[in-house]
Amino acid sequence: MSNAMSVLEGAVSTGFVTVRDAGLTGMVSVRADLTDAATVAALSSCGITVPVVRQIVDGVAWMAPDELLLVTEYADAPALAQKVQAAMADTHALVHVVSDARAVLRVEGAGTKEALAKLCPVDLATLAPGEVRRTRLAQVAAAFWLEDAENAQIICFRSVADYVFGVLQMSARKGSEVGVFTR
Amino acid sequence: MSFRLPSGGRLIDRTSELKFTFNGRIMRGFAGDTLASALLARDQMLMGRSFKYHRPRGVVASGAEEPNALMNIGEGGRFEPNQRATTAELFDGMAARSQNHWPSLEFDVGAINAKFARFLPAGFYYKTFLYPRHFWKYVFEPIIRQSAGLGAAPKEADADTYEHFYAFCDVLVVGGGIAGLMAARDAAADGKRVIVLEQNGHWGGRAPVDGAVVEGKPADEWVSVTLQALEANDNVTLRDRCMGAGVYDHGYVLGYERITDHAPANDVPRHRLWRIRAGHVVTATGALERPLSFAGNDLPGVMLASAVRDYVVNHAVAPGKRTVVVTNNDDAYRTAEVMVNAGLSVPAIIDARPSVDEALISKFSDLGVEVKVASAIAKVKGKDRVTGVAICAQDSNGSVSTTIECDAVAMSGGWSPVVHLWSHCGGKLTWDEDQAMFRPDPNRPPTNQTGEGFVSVVGWANGEIDQGDIAPVWIMPQGASIETRNKMWLDFQNDVKVSDVQLAAQEGFESVEHAKRYTTLGMATDQGKLSNINGLAVLADALDTGIPQVGTTTFRPPYTPISMGAIAGEARGEIFQPLRRTPMHAWHEKNGAHWEPVGHWRRPYCFQQPGESVEDAVNREITNTRTSLGLLDASTLGKIVVKGPDAGKFLDMLYTNMMSNLKPGKCRYGLMCSENGFLMDDGVVARIDEDTWLCHTTTGGADRIHAWMEDWLQCEWWDWKVWTLNLTEQFAQVAVVGPNARTMLETLGGMDLSAQALPFMGWADGKIGDFNVRVYRISFSGELSYEISVPASEGLAFWEALMEAGEPFGITPYGTEALHVMRAEKGFIMIGDETDGTVIPQDLGLNWALSKKKEDFLGNRAHSRSHMADPTRWKLVGLETVDGSVLPDGAYAVADGHNENGQRNMIGRVTSTYYSPTLDRGIAMGLVLHGPDRMGEVLAFPRVDGTVAYARIVSPVFYDPEGEKQNV
Repeated sequence: MSNAMSVLEGAVSTGFVTVRDAGLTGMVSVRADLTDAATVAALSSCGITVPVVRQIVDGVAWMAPDELLLVTEYADAPALAQKVQAAMADTHALVHVVSDARAVLRVEGAGTKEALAKLCPVDLATLAPGEVRRTRLAQVAAAFWLEDAENAQIICFRSVADYVFGVLQMSARKGSEVGVFTR
Repeated sequence: MSFRLPSGGRLIDRTSELKFTFNGRIMRGFAGDTLASALLARDQMLMGRSFKYHRPRGVVASGAEEPNALMNIGEGGRFEPNQRATTAELFDGMAARSQNHWPSLEFDVGAINAKFARFLPAGFYYKTFLYPRHFWKYVFEPIIRQSAGLGAAPKEADADTYEHFYAFCDVLVVGGGIAGLMAARDAAADGKRVIVLEQNGHWGGRAPVDGAVVEGKPADEWVSVTLQALEANDNVTLRDRCMGAGVYDHGYVLGYERITDHAPANDVPRHRLWRIRAGHVVTATGALERPLSFAGNDLPGVMLASAVRDYVVNHAVAPGKRTVVVTNNDDAYRTAEVMVNAGLSVPAIIDARPSVDEALISKFSDLGVEVKVASAIAKVKGKDRVTGVAICAQDSNGSVSTTIECDAVAMSGGWSPVVHLWSHCGGKLTWDEDQAMFRPDPNRPPTNQTGEGFVSVVGWANGEIDQGDIAPVWIMPQGASIETRNKMWLDFQNDVKVSDVQLAAQEGFESVEHAKRYTTLGMATDQGKLSNINGLAVLADALDTGIPQVGTTTFRPPYTPISMGAIAGEARGEIFQPLRRTPMHAWHEKNGAHWEPVGHWRRPYCFQQPGESVEDAVNREITNTRTSLGLLDASTLGKIVVKGPDAGKFLDMLYTNMMSNLKPGKCRYGLMCSENGFLMDDGVVARIDEDTWLCHTTTGGADRIHAWMEDWLQCEWWDWKVWTLNLTEQFAQVAVVGPNARTMLETLGGMDLSAQALPFMGWADGKIGDFNVRVYRISFSGELSYEISVPASEGLAFWEALMEAGEPFGITPYGTEALHVMRAEKGFIMIGDETDGTVIPQDLGLNWALSKKKEDFLGNRAHSRSHMADPTRWKLVGLETVDGSVLPDGAYAVADGHNENGQRNMIGRVTSTYYSPTLDRGIAMGLVLHGPDRMGEVLAFPRVDGTVAYARIVSPVFYDPEGEKQNV
C-alpha cells in the first residue's frame, strides 16, 4: 500500500481552529434497503448495526434510507467490503470501496462550530455530536459530524479536497471569530 | 452656518480626536461622529451635487435614508463610492471625497444643467433621444455616459475579505430600538432562541434623542439595563452594525454586518453576510420622517426635523444658529425644544395645520418660539445655503406675508413606518387616513409554508407613532404656481420634482409603477426612502384619486445597498470556485501542462516542452502516440456502477443500444438520448458480473448522468431493483496508447495482456507491477490502447511507474487536444462538438446503435416525430479542404440564394475541425444536407474575412478505416 497517497499530503493549517488532513481513511458504501429484515440480518452477521437516522455509531454512518457508509482503516476497507458483499450476496445490495473517492479532514478547536457555520447551512448550535450532516460546504457537497463540541470530521470528494481545505482555512482565520457559540 | 456646540453629544467622545480628509483637506472630528456630523461640525454644509441638475446639496437626514450626502470613501483597494456620510462612522485617517461634480464641489460646470431644467422634464430621455436613430450611438450615448453616474468606479482589487455566516433562531428581531428590545426580551422570556439585529453601532433607536421614558426609566438607562439582561441570556444573540437587509420565503433573512467599516483592519473580514433561517421575524425597524414639498426644499441647510435634533443631541452639532421649523404634526416641536434647550434660536415654527393645540402654542411661546399656524414656506432663500424663508398661508397660492432670516430649516411632513422588511415577502399595507401613513395590515402578513404569517411588526414600524394630529400636506402652499412646483423636490438624489410627477400623470402614466419609471422617482441608490410617499400622494392628487388607490411601488430587498463583497463572501482568488484536480494534477502542473477547463476540472490541453508552441506540442504528442506510445490522464471520465436484478432492463432503457446482452468481461460503446430523442451522452459500458455494469460517461456527464439515473429510479421506476453509485473519483484512469502499449506494459510484469487473453473490447482485473488494476481494451484514438484504472490514491504512483517504464519507448503524456484530433482522425464523434442538444443519433450515422430488438428506450418515440424523421436533417460527413487548409470551426456551407432573413442559404456546418499531423492536412467533420449522398461534392464555406474555403465531402473516417491498428 505504499503507493497510496492522501490527497492533502498531511496538510495542517492553524487559525482560530486547526484544519488538518485526516489522512487516508477506509470507507465502504453500502446501498441497500435499510428497513429490510434480510439486509439488517446480513449486516448484523458482519457486526454492523444500522444506526438511527443521520447517526454515526462505531464507524457506521446512516447516509440515506438506502445508504450506509462504513468508516475504517484505509488498509482494511477492501476486506471489509468483501466481507459485507459476501454476507449480502443474496440480498439486493451494492457494496463498494470508496476510500479513494473522498478526502477526510479534521477541524479541531473551540471555534470548530463557528468555522463550519460560515460554510454550511447547518444549525450548529443544536447539532449533537454523532449526527452526520450531508450538506453543502461553500460550493461543494460534503458530509460532516461533530465528535464532540470541539472536533469535527469532514468528508468531501477527493478532487475538491484542496478547495475544501482552502475555504476552511479562510473561515478559520484568526480575527474572523464570530463569537456566537463560545458562550 | 453649522457648528459644534461647546458641550453635550451623547455619542461622541471629545477626548478622542480623529483626523480625516474631505476632498483632500485635513479635518478633525471626534470618536462617535459620523462623517456627516463631523463635516457639519466644520460648517461643511455642501456635501455633494445632485444627479441630473448638479444642484448643490447638503445632508438632509441622519441615517440610512440619506439621499444627498453620498461620498467616495477610502483609497486604493479600500475605495468605495456612494457611501452615505450619515452612516459612515468616522475613523482616524478616513479619506472622503464628494461626488458628481467637475472640476470641484464648489464650482461645478454641470450645474449649468439646472439652467436648462425646464428642458429636462420627466421623460426627457424618452422624448429626446429617439430620433434620428443613428444619433444614439455617436452623439447621445457618449454625452449621457459622460454625465451619468454618481460615484467613481473602484480601480483596484478589493483589499478586504468577506464571509458568510449561517444562523438559525426561533425569533429574529430586526431593529434594536425600544420596541425591538422589548420583543427580544419577551421572546427570550418564553425560552425562544433569539437573534437581534441593529443596523447602527448603538442601541435604542431614536428614543434616547426624543427623551422617551420607558417603564419609568429614561430611555438610555432602560436600554443599557435591558441589553445587559439579554447579553446574559445564552439563547440571545445581539449584533450591532448589522442591518436586516431582506426577508425571503420560508423565514430566510439576510443580515448585513459591517465589521470594520468604522475601523479598517487587515486581519478581520470587512463585512459578514448573515444567512438566517428564522421561525418568526419581528420587524422593529422604526419610521422615517418625510420631507415637505416647498420651493427650495433641497438647499443645503434644509433638513429633516428629526435629523436636526439627532445631530444636536447625539453629536453636539448644530445645523444652524437660527433654525426655522416647518411642520404638519406635533413631532417636529421636539426639535424646536431641543434647539432652545441647546441655547440656539428658533425664530418660528411654521405649522401648516389650520389649528394647533393651544397648550402647545403657549408652551413654545413661553420658550420664546412663535408658532405660525396655517402657514407655509413659500420659498427658501439662498443660493447654495439657506439664508432665510419666505412665509405665506398654506391655503394660498404663495403670496408672501413675511420673510424670516435663518440659516437652517427643520422640516417634518410626518412619519412613514419602515415597512420594507414586512413587504419584501408579500406583507400588505393599509392606508391610515388619520395618521397619513401606510402601515402594515396585520390581517395580510407574508405567509410561510403553512399559510401562517411569519413576520410581525412592533413599535413605530407598526405605525405606533406619537406625532399628534397630523394634517396631510403634500404641497406647500396648497395653490403653488407651476414655477414654484418646479422648485419642489420630491426625490433629491434623482432630481424629481412635484412638477415632474404631475407631468407624468398628465401624460397618462397613471400606474404608480409606470410613473416611477417615467420620472425615475425612487430609482436612485436610496430607493425612494424619503420620496416614495410624497411622490405617490402628489400623483394621487394629480389623478384626482385617493392615495390607497394609487398604492406604493414594490419594496424589494436589500433595504439599503449591500456590498458585492458580502454577497461573494469567501469566494475569491484561489477559492473563487472549486477546482477539481485529478490524482495526477500536480504532476501535470510540474510537467508543462497547458490547462483547459473542463467543467470544474482542469485537464492538460497539451504538455509543452521548453520553447515549444502549443501547436507543436499537440502535433508531437499525436505523432509520438501513433508511432510509439502516449499516456492520457482519463481520470475525469464518469464511472457509474449500476447493480441489481433489474440493472440490465434499466440500462436497456437508458442506452439506445442493448446492454443487457453484453457478456461479463466485455465492453460496449453506448449512446444515451434524452426523452426528446436528442443525444445527451456516450461512453463505454463494461459488464462486471451477472447483475453489475460499469457505465463510463463523458467528463462533463458524470454528475448529470448519475442524477439522470437516480431521477428515473426514484421518480418513475421506483419499483425496479437497481442501485447506482458514482465511482468517478474512486479511480484514477490512465489510457496507455500506441503500437508499443502492450510491449511497455509487459515490461512491468503482471497480468496477461495479450490479444488472446484480453481481446479488443474486453476488460480484466489483475496486477500490473505491484498495482491492483482493472484494464479495459478500449480505444478512442484508433491505436492499440489499454485504459487502466487504479484506486485514485495510487494514481500518481501508477502514472509515474508508467512514465518510467515507457522511457525506452519515448513515452509522451498527451492532453485533450491530441485526444480530440486522434478521435477526429478516426471519425469518432464528441459529445458537445458533433452534438449541441439538437442532434439525434441518426444525424450522426449512428443508426447501428439504435436497437431494433428492444421494445423501448428513452428517446425512441421522439425519433419518430415528423421533424426527427425528416430526411432533410443535416447528416454527418467528413470534410477535406481542397487546398489542405484547416476549416474555421463552426463555419457554414452555403448554397445559392437567400433565406427569408436575407441571409445566404445554408446547407451545412462544421462541427469539429483540426490540423491532422498524421495526414498533414486539415480534416473536419460537419453536418450537411443530404451529406452522405453527396460524397465527392465540393462545398463552399465563407470565412469571416470574406474569402471562401472549399471542402470536399468524404467519409468521416480519415485514418485506418478498417480498424486494424486498434485490434491487434
